[in-house]
Amino acid sequence: MRIVLTGNHAVAYAAFLSRVEVVAAYPITPQTQIVEKLAEFIEGGRLKARYIRVESEHSAMAAIIGASAAGARTFTATASHGLTYMNEMVFWAGNARLPIVMAIVCRALAPPWNIWTEHTDILAQRDTGWIQFFCEDNQEVLDTVIQAFKIAEDNRVLLPVMVGLDAFILSHTATPIDIPEQEDIDRFLPPRKPLPFILDVNNPLTHSNMTYPDQTMEFRYRLQKAMERARRVIVEVDEEYGKLTGRRYGGLLDCYKCEDADLGVIVMGSSAGDAKEAVDKLRDEGYKPGVVRIRVFRPFPKEELKEVCRRFKVIAVIDRDLSPGLGGILYAETLTSLYDLRNRPIVQNCIAGLGGRDIRVEDFKLVIKELYRGVEENIEIPPIKWIGIGDV
Amino acid sequence: MSLKIKDLPIEEYWLPGNPSCHGCPASLGLRLLMKALGPKTIVVIPACCSTIIQGAYPKTSAKFPILNIAFAASAAAASGIVETLEFKCKDNVNVVVWAGDGGTVDIGLQALSGAAERNENIIYVCYDNEAYMNTGIQRSGSTPYGAWTTTTITGKKEHKKDLPLIMAAHRIPYVATASVAYPIDFIAKLRKASKIYGMKYIHLHSPCPTGWRFPSSKTVETGRLAVLTGTWILYEVENGVFKLNPPSNTLIDKNRRKPIRNYIKMQGRFSHLTDKDIDELQRYVDEQWETYLKLLSIGKIY
Amino acid sequence: MEAILETPLSKPSEGSAGITGYWRTFKPVINRSKCMKCLLCWIYCPEGTVIRINDDVDINYTYCKGCGICANECPAKAIDMVSEE
Repeated sequence: MRIVLTGNHAVAYAAFLSRVEVVAAYPITPQTQIVEKLAEFIEGGRLKARYIRVESEHSAMAAIIGASAAGARTFTATASHGLTYMNEMVFWAGNARLPIVMAIVCRALAPPWNIWTEHTDILAQRDTGWIQFFCEDNQEVLDTVIQAFKIAEDNRVLLPVMVGLDAFILSHTATPIDIPEQEDIDRFLPPRKPLPFILDVNNPLTHSNMTYPDQTMEFRYRLQKAMERARRVIVEVDEEYGKLTGRRYGGLLDCYKCEDADLGVIVMGSSAGDAKEAVDKLRDEGYKPGVVRIRVFRPFPKEELKEVCRRFKVIAVIDRDLSPGLGGILYAETLTSLYDLRNRPIVQNCIAGLGGRDIRVEDFKLVIKELYRGVEENIEIPPIKWIGIGDV
Repeated sequence: MSLKIKDLPIEEYWLPGNPSCHGCPASLGLRLLMKALGPKTIVVIPACCSTIIQGAYPKTSAKFPILNIAFAASAAAASGIVETLEFKCKDNVNVVVWAGDGGTVDIGLQALSGAAERNENIIYVCYDNEAYMNTGIQRSGSTPYGAWTTTTITGKKEHKKDLPLIMAAHRIPYVATASVAYPIDFIAKLRKASKIYGMKYIHLHSPCPTGWRFPSSKTVETGRLAVLTGTWILYEVENGVFKLNPPSNTLIDKNRRKPIRNYIKMQGRFSHLTDKDIDELQRYVDEQWETYLKLLSIGKIY
Repeated sequence: MEAILETPLSKPSEGSAGITGYWRTFKPVINRSKCMKCLLCWIYCPEGTVIRINDDVDINYTYCKGCGICANECPAKAIDMVSEE
């Protein structure tokens, strides 16, 4: 079935097709249509599930943790301040290894109040033990949320998954989307198994009481190992979903015209589309850039990125986020991945699009051309560049 | 046909040899909780003394499932559990929150209020030892006026937050106060609560030897004196009908209540109280009674 | 991959804090001739170390911490707190 959906509604349809059983969510711009659509599905009887209308995001994640521990397939969605408010419980879900799925509509943090897209909110959660996806378009949003349940519940993984979509650019923009058939998704995604544990009066266990230093570190190690196994599971699930629907996203990385590229643009989220358009236009002019879209930020695709970037002379890392005092977060993680290369490319960090400022095709073209010029004329390439910034 | 001690089940679900202090009311309370409700009970415990008295991984003192959860989150986590159990049609299981006063009256209040407003089918028990005992006796909203704590060295300047009345204002089906000194009353209230659908709130007075500074053998005696001086009032609000329970129902006449001085003298946390402070506490207790007697006279408050 | 190892799940066990009997400085001793079998000591014990067998009581000295509540509450004064020395 092909219908026109906003990114938010695509999320709701995906949760619906995945037969979520308990939803607990609190509204926040620009996520509200996700929870409203799910309420419609549930109250209209189309989706057999419970909707807990919690009084805050912190309680939303706490309720979801309780529900997941009791054995339900669970889902929630939030953005920006909602996400940072529930941060304590996001860590809890990661360490508890519960297969929760959450949609994040990536939005700027205040002050100042700003409802438009920025990645700092979701990236600030990168240490919580959650798998993190960034989507380029609404079709990918729908497909990835469904895949997220399968990945999360895989007994080699057992990690919660957050799926990021850019505020307004994806969440509120309607595009035609293919909705898979329920029977196909039922075969792809069977009911949840009672892992990693379930609260059961017939087998009384206590979850998460005090654990001393001589016992705790092993749990952290196992979480790391689960993240490492997740890299393969993500690729497997992408492949299996691809066989089912014909749509594949490349697993951890979506590489566009990289085979013969000598310059790479590393980017996450919806602006990858503009980057790809810029690359097409520049190839017409004789340049050979490529786009590496990071689809999965956690687990960070270090090996895969190193392999792709091996052939580049110079790289632009586009950060739609800021870690004040360091620079771009994606930039820092990219450098970590490239460290082992004998011939390291030049890497420039481009801070762009913060607070929802538009990143235009023209901006990508300028960045790329500047980098080519820098390499050719042997000019010092500034390590950090702020795109489109006004008088400061 | 009231409950007799002999009729209570022998089986222990809260196991001995746990890390609780000598004379711990939380440990006693958990024993009584399980005697009341039986093993088909899932308990959510936020950060509090009861987190620690479970013991350390890989052992637990509980022969019933416990979901430990973050400090502010217990009522929300319990909501998630009960909604899942109802969804999966496993509804003969009690879902209980066992939280201290900190995780109820202060940091946990938002989640509790939300769960109450949604009338989630849970039994929320606040065991009130009147301070943040687990982190070393710092004051909570539930600490009484004048009490020493590590953050109210010269005594707390504010009166105790009246959580049971706040919960009654949520119009939930059942609100009650109880005390570890009156175990049969507590057990009867828990059993009554387990038969009601919706949000049930029980506030359990829990005298703490370590934090209140009295000998460990006096836990029950202190609790009893709290009731007999009228400082702690045993009552229920069932569907809006306010009712005093024994022995509080015999203390309507002020002269039948023991002077509060008897209760104060037993506790080191009040040792610095002047006569003026004690008078203030007596005044407060008398004022509480005025309020509750007015509620009693209304009959159905909601 | 055993799920029980992936996140901390603890199993029920007596003595989660070890042999708490070692915490005692005084131990409760029941005077059978005075005991009225009212079972108040059993219900008031915070530890569950007053063991009930039918209507008789005994003390589990492995875990009894010697808090003294049983002796304090016994209406027949049938329990003495005796020094461990």
